[in-house]
Amino acid sequence: MAQLLQHLINGLAAGTIYALVALGYTMVYGVLKLINFAHGDVMMVGVYMGYATAFAIGREARGSFLGIAAVFAVAMLGCALMGFLIERFAYRPLREKPRLTALITAIGISFALSYGFQLDIGFLPGASPRAFPEIIEPTEWLIIGDRDVVVWNWQVISFLIAVGLMVGLQYLVFGTRFGRAMRAVSWDHRVAALMGIPTDRVIALTFMLSSGLAAGAGLLYAIKDTSVSPLMGLYVGLKAFVAAVIGGIGHVPGAVVGALVLGLVEEFVVGYAASTWRDAVAFGFLILVLLVKPGGLFGRVAAEKV
Amino acid sequence: MRRLAPMLLAALAVLAAACEKKTQPTPSGEAGTQAAQGQAPSPGGTPAGSDTILLGQVGALTGGQATFGISTRNGIELALKEANAAGGVNGKKLAIRVYDNQSKPEEAAQAATRLITQDKVVLILGDVASSNSLAMAEKAQAAGVPMITPSSTNTTVTEKGDYIFRVCFIDPFQGFVMAKFAREDLKLGKVAVLQDNKSAYSIDLSGVFTRKFTEMGGKIATTESYSQGDTDYRAQLTAIKKTQPDGIYVPGYYSEVGVIARQAREVGLKVPLMGGDGWDSEKLFELGGSAISGSYFSNHYSPDNPDPRVQKFIADYKAAYGGVPDALAALGYDAARVAIEALKRAKDLSGPSVRDAIAQTKDFPGVAGTVTLDDKRNAVKSAVVLKVGDGKTQYVTTINP
Repeated sequence: MAQLLQHLINGLAAGTIYALVALGYTMVYGVLKLINFAHGDVMMVGVYMGYATAFAIGREARGSFLGIAAVFAVAMLGCALMGFLIERFAYRPLREKPRLTALITAIGISFALSYGFQLDIGFLPGASPRAFPEIIEPTEWLIIGDRDVVVWNWQVISFLIAVGLMVGLQYLVFGTRFGRAMRAVSWDHRVAALMGIPTDRVIALTFMLSSGLAAGAGLLYAIKDTSVSPLMGLYVGLKAFVAAVIGGIGHVPGAVVGALVLGLVEEFVVGYAASTWRDAVAFGFLILVLLVKPGGLFGRVAAEKV
Repeated sequence: MRRLAPMLLAALAVLAAACEKKTQPTPSGEAGTQAAQGQAPSPGGTPAGSDTILLGQVGALTGGQATFGISTRNGIELALKEANAAGGVNGKKLAIRVYDNQSKPEEAAQAATRLITQDKVVLILGDVASSNSLAMAEKAQAAGVPMITPSSTNTTVTEKGDYIFRVCFIDPFQGFVMAKFAREDLKLGKVAVLQDNKSAYSIDLSGVFTRKFTEMGGKIATTESYSQGDTDYRAQLTAIKKTQPDGIYVPGYYSEVGVIARQAREVGLKVPLMGGDGWDSEKLFELGGSAISGSYFSNHYSPDNPDPRVQKFIADYKAAYGGVPDALAALGYDAARVAIEALKRAKDLSGPSVRDAIAQTKDFPGVAGTVTLDDKRNAVKSAVVLKVGDGKTQYVTTINP
């Protein structure tokens, strides 16, 4: 029982982080119908920005609220800027081209980032994994029994940050003018432009938002697993993408539910069966969902001409 | 403005392509060649010209096992520099071409093929990870090009054929060493095993450890697994914790082991971790922090060894690259020196004669122990057990075969 509870906590901790990354996929897909495969790698770059910031601040980064805030701010703003540049120079020129072109470009950017960051020149971090500085000093927040179940402060903090970011996003999309513009662009960006919505700006802002969110998620992930490497974006990105598809891509709460389900499924498979089964079960679950509900758990099926 | 964006994109793509290329023939490959040509310029400028002997190395310079390949490359480079300074092999200078396998077997096979068919090297050194060496060995054996792996310990590597050698001990021995140490020195009764299911090395070690440890009267509490590249091991560790073991055997690589140690402490496992030579990297201390302190692993050599030959190697290595050489650097150095000695003895530089010369290696004084190749082309050597301390390792004991 205690073990089950511990697995539940671990699975939720992993799931909330997948959720934040999945939201980025879902937002960009919702607005542009583009699967931004570089999303996970943008997250990775954000993690390294946070890493560099934490080292630049030094000891004060650890434990102090201002230090942590600075690490998150630099990473999230830096990534937002990078998201803007990627959209401006890689995706916007291809917007009127067949959708496949942008998809291939996204994969290209993904590889350029994840392999470029393995080079060991100048500011690039090199291929070896590194230990992420403990910016939140790990302490046991809740202990049940003889350490049968342990909840850590960073698990709670991550969960709260993640939930906060999700609620904020939900409000942004459904409660603000910008959100309305986003939804309008997602409906049909040409018609939206005719109605006086600055589509380019809305799309650019969506990219910045999703990239900033990815950086935040990446930092939470790095705090959780303590190790960062240039290939982390590929792993996490793929998982988050699966989560977004399970939930119904383009659907905000769907992405969150999909991610939580995926996090829990993975944790239980590894805990009770074997880690070898983890990816097989995760992707098997994806296939099952797509067979039964092709639009994902929450999505609608839109007939599309191929 | 409309034209600018695609142009920038194209420039980016070219840049990316250029970077990609640069990672493949590494600086050391060029440095080695340049050093050789600097002393004895060859008119054609081809590295495989008549006055140069070209060797090849395939190693992980990027990816999860990057420090392995880089350490090995440094060790090899040092040996080649020394040999060239001492006059080379029968008047010819040595050069090396290094390709990156990105820590992946498929890339390793491709790189080996390239060394054989395009560069026409006389022999191949590499890799560290057994899964990669296995992929390379197939190609080297088929082409009749001798290959020496500095530190692949999986039994099957040299079983690929009579052109494949190694200068390190094999996994059954390493598994035995840790089982013996756990049972007799640490007096552990019940040990859990956490193995990397994606690595031949890890599966092999855990199999031997399990068998030997049970034979010696110990009990295996549970066997859990992870996959290379994972960063969250809490589920497995939670399951292990339930069995209340006295120790955990984690025969994996440093990049994962460091994180495993942290998370093991986090879920409340305070028992020592034990492992093999895959732990040996300075990165282990960074990734594992204080959590990894007090753990043990079997290794090929200890930098504490007072032997003047070892101390000279360490001093030279420090001068060239900074930092204390790990076992992989030492084995890379040994492998290159065994190769150079064999090239000196070989009748000519054809595959079969170089092969025969390597096979005759006997009582070769390496920095990681004396190398004598048995009829299965494996080195028979003793192993050391090291304890992980605060930022460095500490010699504990030597265990003989």
